[in-house]
Amino acid sequence: MTASRAWLATRKGLFELHRQRTGWEIARLHFIAEPVSMLLPPDAQGRMLAALNLGHFGVKVHASDDGGDHWEEVATPAYPPQPEGAAGPEWKLQQIWSLEASAGGRLWAGTLPGGLFRSDDFGRSWQLVDPLWQRPERLEWFGGGYDAPGIHSICPHPAHPDELLVGISCGGAWITRDGGASWAPHTRGMVAGYMPPERAEDPNTQDPHRIVRCDAAPEVLWCQHHSGIFRSADNAASWQAVEAPLSSFGFAVAVHPREPDTAWFAPAQVDQRRLPVDAALAVNRTRDGGRSFESLRTGLPQRHCYDLVYRHGLAVSADGQSLLMGSTTGNVWASDNQGDTWGVVSLNLPPVYAARFG
Amino acid sequence: MPRIAFTPQLRRFTATPEVDTPAATLREALEAAFAVNPRLRGYVLDDQGHLRTNVAVFIDGRRCADRIALADALQPDSRVHVLQALSGG
Repeated sequence: MTASRAWLATRKGLFELHRQRTGWEIARLHFIAEPVSMLLPPDAQGRMLAALNLGHFGVKVHASDDGGDHWEEVATPAYPPQPEGAAGPEWKLQQIWSLEASAGGRLWAGTLPGGLFRSDDFGRSWQLVDPLWQRPERLEWFGGGYDAPGIHSICPHPAHPDELLVGISCGGAWITRDGGASWAPHTRGMVAGYMPPERAEDPNTQDPHRIVRCDAAPEVLWCQHHSGIFRSADNAASWQAVEAPLSSFGFAVAVHPREPDTAWFAPAQVDQRRLPVDAALAVNRTRDGGRSFESLRTGLPQRHCYDLVYRHGLAVSADGQSLLMGSTTGNVWASDNQGDTWGVVSLNLPPVYAARFG
Repeated sequence: MPRIAFTPQLRRFTATPEVDTPAATLREALEAAFAVNPRLRGYVLDDQGHLRTNVAVFIDGRRCADRIALADALQPDSRVHVLQALSGG
């Protein structure tokens, strides 16, 4: 079914987009002027969440049971009392960076400074997933994107409600198969080019900028890493490097929900120059698991474009046809033919933190 | 009796009661306000119960000294203002 609604979490509110005959239009703005760091789009019952990051007053979570018609503040994930002398970052919530739902309805929130939280009552209460937080390796995680480490990717397994993969900048990729009671790193094949050679394959130093899973083929995962693109076809038991045209550096990746070999990337030039190659915006698409790519440009700015598409700034619809892409400059484009051609949604929005359909 | 009041900037999020309380310290005064509106706690204090980085508290015109234990002493006629700091945010 063609996507009819989409959302943009931005520096100054949550924008709700509706499809009109002429294209995507801004239908509503929720939480005007407040930073919205992430959202969970409405489920079949219309239940959704928005994570705010108020500059002065901290992180707040708001829930709606009717697709955003009414909102109420619900519980904020909170870290437990920090033991005297505990090493690592302060046990204080800085930001909700990811929100996902498991098949059974359990919600997960990935945060800075690196804690994963679980909710069994749609955000009315949250519990820190202590076994991951207490892993001794956590003290080797470090900031990537922000000063503190953070969980930006949560990939539930559609067939196994107790299985979850999380991606951490910088702390690698971790899997639980028992609902969070135990965890193991899964980064074999990833290489961190920014580390000394002897630690380049250390699981705790990997910086997966974003990891996504194919719904129909859940053993296939795609990762846009700080040091390139990696793909796994064995549920993260191993990762293989993939070379893309223009640049293999970037932050965002989206995978077709039904075709595991089809994925999209928003390349940036290099680490130290985070803007489109030659200041011309392109999206890389592969349809064959990364053996070949097309660089798609039609409808995207090709002169003096300095937009960066951040981790959650590129989304694909449930039917795999529509794409939505927002930049930290506040420009938004959409495609209804898998990226062949793009149209402008807006060139006047606040910095876009996350784009999602639903 | 000491009185504690909160910035009107908070009203768009939650109720901000102005409370008269026999509190002897800043923390006691804050607790008196949180007893009236429990949700207010998370806007003023962080996970560890410390004053949020970008929240400022003035006691009789002087910025509070102890942002961790909030042990600043109050006088019987103290006026406590909880404000948003202009830095950060």
